[in-house]
Amino acid sequence: MKFNLSMLQNKTRVLFLLCILMFAYFGCSNINNSDGTISYNKHIRPILSDKCFVCHGPDQSQRISGYRLDLEEFAFAKLKQSPNEFGLVVGNPSKSEVYQRIISHEHDYMMPPPDSKLALSEDEKNIIKKWIEQGAKYEPHWAFTPVKKPSVPKAMKKNWTFSEIDQFALAKMEENNLKPSEIDHDLPLLKRMMHDLKGLPPSLKEMEEYTKNQNLANYEKMVDKALASPQYGEKMAIFWMDIARYADSHGYQDDGLRTMWPWRDWVIHAFNQNYPYKKFLSWQIAGDLLPDANKETILATGFNRNHKITQEGGVIDEEYRIEYVTDRTNTFGKGILAMTFECAKCHDHKYDPISQKDYYSTFAFFNQIDEKGLVGDISLASLADPPYMTITKEDRQGILNFISKLDTGDVRVMVMKDSTSIRNTHILNRGAYDQPTEVVRFNTPKAIFPFDSLKYEKNRLGLSKWLFDKNNPLTSRVFVNNIWQEFFGNGIVKTNGDFGLQGDLPSHPELLDWLAADFIEHGWDIKRLVKQIVMSATYRQSNTFANGSIAVDPENTFLSRGPRLKLSAELLKDHIMATSELLNPVIGGPSVKPYQPKGLWENATSGRGQLATYEQDTGDKLYRRGLYHFIKRTVPPPSMLIFDGANRDQCEVKRSKTNTPLQALVLMNDPQVLEATAVLSNTLSKKHKNQQEAIFEEAFLRIVCRKPLAKEKDILNKYFASVQKSMTKEKAQKLIKVGEKMQNEKIENPIEVAGVMQTIQLIYNLEEASVR
Amino acid sequence: MIKKDTNPFFENRLNVNRRYFLGKLGVGLGGLALGSLLMKDLFTGSPEDIASKIQVGLPHFAPKAKRVIYLFQNGAPSQLETFDYKPLLNKMFGQEMPESLRGGQRLTGMTANQTSFPLVGSYFKFNQHGSSGAWISELFPNIAKIADDICIVKSMHTEAINHDPALTFMQTGAQQGNRPSMGAWLSYGLGSENDNLPAYCVLLSKGRGNGQGVYSKLWTNGFLDSKHQGVQFSNSEERVLYLENQDGLSKEDRRKMLDHLNEINNMQFEDVGDPDIKTKIEQYELAYRMQTAVPEITDISKEPDSVIKMYGPDCLIPGTYASNCLLARKLSESGVRFVQIYHQGWDQHGNLVNEMSGQAKDVDQASAALVQDLKQRGLLDETLVIWGGEFGRTNYGQGSLTAELYGRDHHPRAYSIWMAGGGVKPGLVYGETDEFGYNIIQNPVHINDFHATMLNLLGLDHEQLIYKHLGRRYRLTDVAGHVIKDLIA
Repeated sequence: MKFNLSMLQNKTRVLFLLCILMFAYFGCSNINNSDGTISYNKHIRPILSDKCFVCHGPDQSQRISGYRLDLEEFAFAKLKQSPNEFGLVVGNPSKSEVYQRIISHEHDYMMPPPDSKLALSEDEKNIIKKWIEQGAKYEPHWAFTPVKKPSVPKAMKKNWTFSEIDQFALAKMEENNLKPSEIDHDLPLLKRMMHDLKGLPPSLKEMEEYTKNQNLANYEKMVDKALASPQYGEKMAIFWMDIARYADSHGYQDDGLRTMWPWRDWVIHAFNQNYPYKKFLSWQIAGDLLPDANKETILATGFNRNHKITQEGGVIDEEYRIEYVTDRTNTFGKGILAMTFECAKCHDHKYDPISQKDYYSTFAFFNQIDEKGLVGDISLASLADPPYMTITKEDRQGILNFISKLDTGDVRVMVMKDSTSIRNTHILNRGAYDQPTEVVRFNTPKAIFPFDSLKYEKNRLGLSKWLFDKNNPLTSRVFVNNIWQEFFGNGIVKTNGDFGLQGDLPSHPELLDWLAADFIEHGWDIKRLVKQIVMSATYRQSNTFANGSIAVDPENTFLSRGPRLKLSAELLKDHIMATSELLNPVIGGPSVKPYQPKGLWENATSGRGQLATYEQDTGDKLYRRGLYHFIKRTVPPPSMLIFDGANRDQCEVKRSKTNTPLQALVLMNDPQVLEATAVLSNTLSKKHKNQQEAIFEEAFLRIVCRKPLAKEKDILNKYFASVQKSMTKEKAQKLIKVGEKMQNEKIENPIEVAGVMQTIQLIYNLEEASVR
Repeated sequence: MIKKDTNPFFENRLNVNRRYFLGKLGVGLGGLALGSLLMKDLFTGSPEDIASKIQVGLPHFAPKAKRVIYLFQNGAPSQLETFDYKPLLNKMFGQEMPESLRGGQRLTGMTANQTSFPLVGSYFKFNQHGSSGAWISELFPNIAKIADDICIVKSMHTEAINHDPALTFMQTGAQQGNRPSMGAWLSYGLGSENDNLPAYCVLLSKGRGNGQGVYSKLWTNGFLDSKHQGVQFSNSEERVLYLENQDGLSKEDRRKMLDHLNEINNMQFEDVGDPDIKTKIEQYELAYRMQTAVPEITDISKEPDSVIKMYGPDCLIPGTYASNCLLARKLSESGVRFVQIYHQGWDQHGNLVNEMSGQAKDVDQASAALVQDLKQRGLLDETLVIWGGEFGRTNYGQGSLTAELYGRDHHPRAYSIWMAGGGVKPGLVYGETDEFGYNIIQNPVHINDFHATMLNLLGLDHEQLIYKHLGRRYRLTDVAGHVIKDLIA
């Protein structure tokens, strides 16, 4: 690299940095339990899994030496290659080949081998040594052990804890020398809760109602009201749409239109009706196979048809049919079980006990529908490939009366329907559709939880019963963890798509198990779980960094602060629509096409199909909630993607959280935002004639959900005054005539409205405005 | 401007945060290059920025190329009408392809039911060019003139036989999607050279030939941070989405707004202490700088006539391939790490002669001009230019068959691309196919090898450019790939 003089001038910084590095290095060496014991799950397995299991783990094809270190039953056996040696000898590192090899520097002897580019740190070597000295005790992987309800710890601090969640959280804080933050009783708490439950900010009226009595009882009243509102279902549907990879187009190159939106209507309905998770998920997995199946339970199975479907003429049918079954299997793995099933498609899983045979045994459940890889190319414009269900007007007046009435014609929705005969499922060599080998039976990975084929039907119905067997270790843990992530930003297990051996350990294992067990005990009641979380003191803590915890816990793993999260792409739109009173509150129906920069679809299309050009909607449809934005898979809406919205290509369980200049540009220049700003400015200018202070106070309260401080008011007024200095009538007209709504609006005092608009735009751009 | 926060307490909080992120690196510490420790971002960037950069500790060794411009010919141009000269196919016109060649190669659904596979030779004439004597068809008179500057690889091969998976493979190193594309890997590994521009820009254009769409997943960040996603430039006057202020609002007005906005945001930071607030303030400043920088860089009106002449008159029409080539040069010159051009319309299942003539006319002059332009600016040495599609085309005809009217189906086993600059050996023709142009007989280059070689030119070891996601270490080259040393100067 080029040598740069300015580097030398930064000498002090370099020194400082080196100090940091040394701290970081030595800082992490102290990781054994407080009593000095080494835990296999906590300390050893993460090292072995990361550095050793690739060749000494579950993947048979990679075990060149034949030695297996991931299972206790093999780890202590004599080594095949040198029968007098043992991989591990209890209490004796010097006789344990594992230890001898990891400390060796001999090229042909050392482990991991140099060409693997993996290496153990000195710390890691010491920990392994200690572990062997202490008896080399193995423990089963936490996520595969049955859920047992642990006893609730008695935390020290009185007058703080209110619920079991809090006891667990506080005990963990104390373990880590952290103090909880103050409980927040102010409007920001109301804002957080309303965004989390309804996806909308509190209205002025709700804020007023709450401020009259800022206490727990009143807060609970507001929580109950939010849970009972139909917007709750809309908010909850968003994360489930990510898991279910919901979209309005088929994907792949021609990317034609599809009509899966009635399935989305059902999801909203199911959350609002508070279907227990057992019913909610069982119907989606096997609603067509239930003895009392009906059109609603069948509609729910659309979950497994939300994957992409090709319309590219010339593809090989079987290749793509296999692709769809693969997508279902992987979604089942990641979204429902938090297991990286996809890694076992081409070979045995390298870390987790999922063999390639296990993979195809699970695959078999989803491999039974009469479907084709390619029904017809884009010219056929198939909105729903078979099998599908037709929703008629009668259905919408009857059993499917929750479906939006916006669209009056019959609608076809893709659903699951098994073939009358069983299709043999083969292991596919290297995952290739044209290399079928051994035939497998319906099964699931037995190390996770065996599939008892005497007890369960050998189809998806049986699979759904397997999921909800009281001993299945994953179903409840995974769902509870995903819900937790919705409220705290991270799950108790941060890698919420991977509960396997390479995933993170739970930060609060007992809390996770308690929640999972409690969830099952109370009939998989989702609203109850949600209420437990938002009523907890842990959730209601102030989310400032005032308690100094940032230094030791910047990611808030130990929950000593309330969660401070950015609004998701959808909720940001909702926030802007709601606060400007533009929001169109209609629930459900086909997706909408709001403002979007010109040419995006047109530049990327093959030119075929109904979605070659973007035909923007007009009128009220522009102001629908974000979750109804039309998702064309090859060109998802940019304002959503820029704010980390999912592209719905595959199942996603966690969105990234970025902070980019493009986000700033959207908030400053997107007509959707500008229009809302102009509308709100006009409304408030009429309401508080010539009283700028009152205007800004109300705008601030609506958008930031608290009253502005005196200093903030000063800055806003100062800004308004300076804006008005250079405001002309002509300029004002240009600024306020933005978006459809403002075109025909009669503006009494454009100069004032334009100035107010600039100031309110500033408020919309405040960091606090898009955080809850 | 941003108020510099001098309060030692807050300074300390930020530093503590950096320490935390450094602490998270664990394994990376040993291999940390001092160069990356000294990068300026360490004290100004967000903690995530720093972590993501240091994690990699890059480049691994001295790079030859600093930037890439990828001229992607979307739809798969036929190698047999461009760079892979097979006179035997003309001689054997209409005769059945020997079954022995196929060796189990699967066919697309479009020709799988064809009962006959008649060979067809190029309608276009080939001539030898440059000191290497490279065979180049008459479709590309301008590219032929730079034969000594380019390196033609005739032995590229892939596994996919349909556009979507093949494009995805070419861009991300895997067929299944949702993995980071090349540009995202480079943005992650090497960052941006210009603080006012995205590291990875995407430009789209379309010819009149049979088109296949492009998809935003081709420039996806996959599991990498979304700031590594390619930024698609639009063909309208507003090159970056949402870049322009509302009509009526001046740059001074925007500055005023940001100054007041920063004031309140800073107050909020002092009250709350969340480092994200600081990052947000910085991102607004970057957005503001982009508002000036992007229009300046994308303005081609000030280019001298000689340059316009070189790229051809089309370069003045926004959205054409020629205009995108010129824009690519300007972006690259300004430090954009990876400029990806897609030119659609190369899928000649029928009417190949007519369609390819049009497509070649779109791209020939401007592609050659880009190489020459970089060369005369002294930038070619450090800029890797790549030209090519996602697979090749069959040596037998699809559909109606006369010497002037024929088509070709998809063919994964062999296709041609060319590269220039960036440390690639100029004037080289690499790899050979058999006399039927069906199978590679010498020096095959798999997509993974191609990626490994490209990364090597940029100073990156493809086995060490790693991102750990859901427990697995991912690479652009997945689990394969060898650097083709013969291609490197």
